[in-house]
Amino acid sequence: MKCQDCKAQPATLHFTKIINGEKMETHLCENCAKNKSDALYGQNNFSIHQLLSGLLNFEHPIKQSQPNNFQVFHNLKCEKCGMTYEQFTKIGRFGCAHCYKTFDEKLDPLLKRVHSGNNTHSGKIPKRGGAKIHVRKRIQVLKNKMQNYIEQEEFEKAAEIRDELRSLENNYKNKKGE
Amino acid sequence: MSLQRFISEAISPWMKQSGPDDDIVLSSRIRLARNIEKYTFPILTYQNEGEEVLNQIRQQVDNSHPNKLELLLMKDLEQIEKQVLVEKHLISPHLASDSSFGAVLLSEDESVSIMINEEDHIRIQCLSSGLRLQEVLENANRFDDWLEEKNDFAFDEKRGYLTSCPTNVGTGMRASVMMHLPALVLTQQLNHIIPAINQLGLVVRGIYGEGSEALGNLFQISNQITLGKSETDIVEDLKSVVLQLIERERLARQMLLQNSKIQLEDRLYRSYGVLKNCRIIDSKEAAKCLSDVRLGIDLSLIGGVSRTILNELMILTQPGFLQQYAGELLGPDQRDIRRAAIIRETLKLKEISDEERGGSQK
Repeated sequence: MKCQDCKAQPATLHFTKIINGEKMETHLCENCAKNKSDALYGQNNFSIHQLLSGLLNFEHPIKQSQPNNFQVFHNLKCEKCGMTYEQFTKIGRFGCAHCYKTFDEKLDPLLKRVHSGNNTHSGKIPKRGGAKIHVRKRIQVLKNKMQNYIEQEEFEKAAEIRDELRSLENNYKNKKGE
Repeated sequence: MSLQRFISEAISPWMKQSGPDDDIVLSSRIRLARNIEKYTFPILTYQNEGEEVLNQIRQQVDNSHPNKLELLLMKDLEQIEKQVLVEKHLISPHLASDSSFGAVLLSEDESVSIMINEEDHIRIQCLSSGLRLQEVLENANRFDDWLEEKNDFAFDEKRGYLTSCPTNVGTGMRASVMMHLPALVLTQQLNHIIPAINQLGLVVRGIYGEGSEALGNLFQISNQITLGKSETDIVEDLKSVVLQLIERERLARQMLLQNSKIQLEDRLYRSYGVLKNCRIIDSKEAAKCLSDVRLGIDLSLIGGVSRTILNELMILTQPGFLQQYAGELLGPDQRDIRRAAIIRETLKLKEISDEERGGSQK
């Protein structure tokens, strides 16, 4: 078989693309394929975003009981930047921070795939923007500690922590109400 | 410009410092991706928003900066100047290629570079020689805290730092270490080690090459996962793998010395001979020979050449630098001739300056 572009060299690379159920076959020689991929993707032939986009595009509706799920998500649009879910699946990148909220329901499977099963942040928290998160985390740590003391019947220590917890929780509520 | 000055300017000052295990680890790098909440990400940014992001950060730097940071606007730079910054790893090819409001803040010793309006609004990059991930992370955190005092970063309790690409969300951190692993390649051990490293959520990539081809036996090991693990855990995991690789590389070097010293010496000296005498050399052969010479220096087989020769010449012989030194655009064939010349001259220069300093240095 000859290359369908230059029609001179033998075709050594064969691609099959399926778009919306339609099959498209391409047969190229090495040279033409190289030129084509350069033109299509620039020098950095295969980027992480194309991989991601592949992951997203091959996702099918998860629940059979909701046949319109796929369509509904594809029509999702971020109200802040205007990025649609369909666009996101194509470029593999978010348009703004709000996209994370808009596409929230679809993100867990994707993030788990990319981050070895993880979907929850456990690293640094910004000091200023994350002040409330810091307090909430501290409250959780103290609650766990108090529970441990109670189980070990060290009630005096547990009471100390209870008092610390109360003042923290009061502060937190006041801040929340602001 | 004299070659001497050209070389000394081409090499970032931080690269000249020695660091822990720097016979095998060339550099440690931490990159943090951050975005300002109220603006769309740069891939979508409409003109005025890109400008606002740039101006906002520019003002903050003018008002208070912890280290001396110099701001370079991409639109003010020539194509070759941008390429040179890419070859020094101070900016990404993406920032160099398309970004009208792209900029970079550079520290004096070039160990800190903060890219603005790259894929994310802010990308803080800190570098150091040798294996020093923890210190580099602390440095990056200092710059992050300084910027965070003035900007509302896009952050979510569950997802962490929100980035344009889902592969960076969470810590937004990429930690990487550049390693020279000639003996593991020569003894064909690396092929077996890489899959194991991948299973730990780390990636091994060849650098300076297209795709994952490892030119000059240089490999970059970095974390793939940014979500679910803390920054310290990511750095600790990476460090422990790197330490194991260092040990294996040293063992492999000793094994080569014990079992086939003469063959090894022959190979390394031949490469040295090629570099000293070649008139035309492509980047692939240059990288291979430089790697050999560096191994020769590390094993004390080759004296009189400084250990930084590999770093220096790997950078100096790339297209951007070759063309900048030549002062004109060069085709691939002309570059191969220039490359040979610059390698010969640099080696001569190094040998002379080492003699002047009183013999070989380690």
